[in-house]
Amino acid sequence: MSKMHITTTVNGDDVEFLCDPRETLLDVLRDRLGLTGAKEGCGTGDCGACSVTLDGRLVCSCLVLGAEAEGKRIGTIEGMAKGEDLHPLQKKFIEHAALQCGICTPGILVATEALLKKNPDPSETEVRYWLAGNLCRCTGYDKIIRAVLETAADMREAS
Amino acid sequence: MQYHKPENFEDAVAIAAQAQGLTRFLAGGTDVLVQLRADIAVPDTLVDVKGIGGVKDITRESDGGWRIGIAVSGAEMTEHPDLGRDWPGVVEATDLIGSTQIQGRATMTGNLCNGSPAADAVPAMVAVGMSVSVTGPDGTRRVPVEEIPAGPGRTSLAKGEMISALHIPPRGAAGGDAYLRFIPRTEMDIAVVGCAVNLRLDGDTVAEARVALGAVAPTVLLVADAADALVGTTLDDKALDALAEAASAACKPIDDKRGTVKFRTHVAGVLARRAAKIAYDRARSTRT
Repeated sequence: MSKMHITTTVNGDDVEFLCDPRETLLDVLRDRLGLTGAKEGCGTGDCGACSVTLDGRLVCSCLVLGAEAEGKRIGTIEGMAKGEDLHPLQKKFIEHAALQCGICTPGILVATEALLKKNPDPSETEVRYWLAGNLCRCTGYDKIIRAVLETAADMREAS
Repeated sequence: MQYHKPENFEDAVAIAAQAQGLTRFLAGGTDVLVQLRADIAVPDTLVDVKGIGGVKDITRESDGGWRIGIAVSGAEMTEHPDLGRDWPGVVEATDLIGSTQIQGRATMTGNLCNGSPAADAVPAMVAVGMSVSVTGPDGTRRVPVEEIPAGPGRTSLAKGEMISALHIPPRGAAGGDAYLRFIPRTEMDIAVVGCAVNLRLDGDTVAEARVALGAVAPTVLLVADAADALVGTTLDDKALDALAEAASAACKPIDDKRGTVKFRTHVAGVLARRAAKIAYDRARSTRT
């Protein structure tokens, strides 16, 4: 089976790769581009551990084919911090201990960054529904929700 | 698996008509990729429709109706400034499917063509009288939505045929639609029962109605007796009782881990009542 040649943008960098038509964007990110921040939890779009943005839209990268990345802008957790400077959400997650094992964390951070770009002042209910597709088996969610709401408040104050 | 990304419907249907083995069309991929990865349905030919012009457009037609492109995602429908004002039931039904991530990709066309009896968008589409354009090797025809599902996982589309657009009729004055489903949790689940009601008022009296049920039969049901129970009434208790009875009577559900026959049959009536009230209130609030 011949490989497809795909040209795309990942976290602002031009990227080219060869992939099999059956390979998912998640497989490509992890196995071909060495970006292992996005995780495979379920592989069926239920857990959100593989969350990335595709042209700014939050998606599960396990339910996108690598071939579909052609000409698109992909955003992953690796693009969130600016060098050594963590994103305010990342800092707040550490401060609140809003993670334990860390498998869900990249997906949750990508998802919440997308939420705050769309809605800088979400209610607790809005945060909880937005994150309904990001499963966490450690924290019980409460610390995550607090961290997101506090970050949103801090970012509103700073802007 | 061969991946194709045609730029028009003629090429897409030509690829599908000539393909050997299993063909799937890819829009949002939230069913197609799950089935591919689970080895439930591994296509020999995958036709990505997102390179075709207009498939991401939501367009108001000159008669006041709407044309929804086949790759328009649930999130794009929810974010549209006017669509949800005309057809809140259609938009809320589509919005109930999956998580934020799924909403970024999932389409109404895919929800219809996946053929699940429990598809949330489909009862809403049927209740409001939506139709689809079906394009095949012999051209394009219009088909009512309720004629597409043929059974669990099956559609009436022939080899080489695909849906090329969705059409919502003009809302018109004094109309309202609503969709409700029962799930045992608050989010991220599949309907145990779904019910959509669409109606139009003349004064306070229901002049026209359509009632559709999901997840209570092998395909979506358009329940004429339930609609007849509403027409000519002001949605008084007697009308709501008759509606609930007609909705329950139409159910031919299965027993499974998510609901028994008895439970589904009862809940269909409960949801019909509640959806009718919401649709009625919406219709009244839009009267000028």
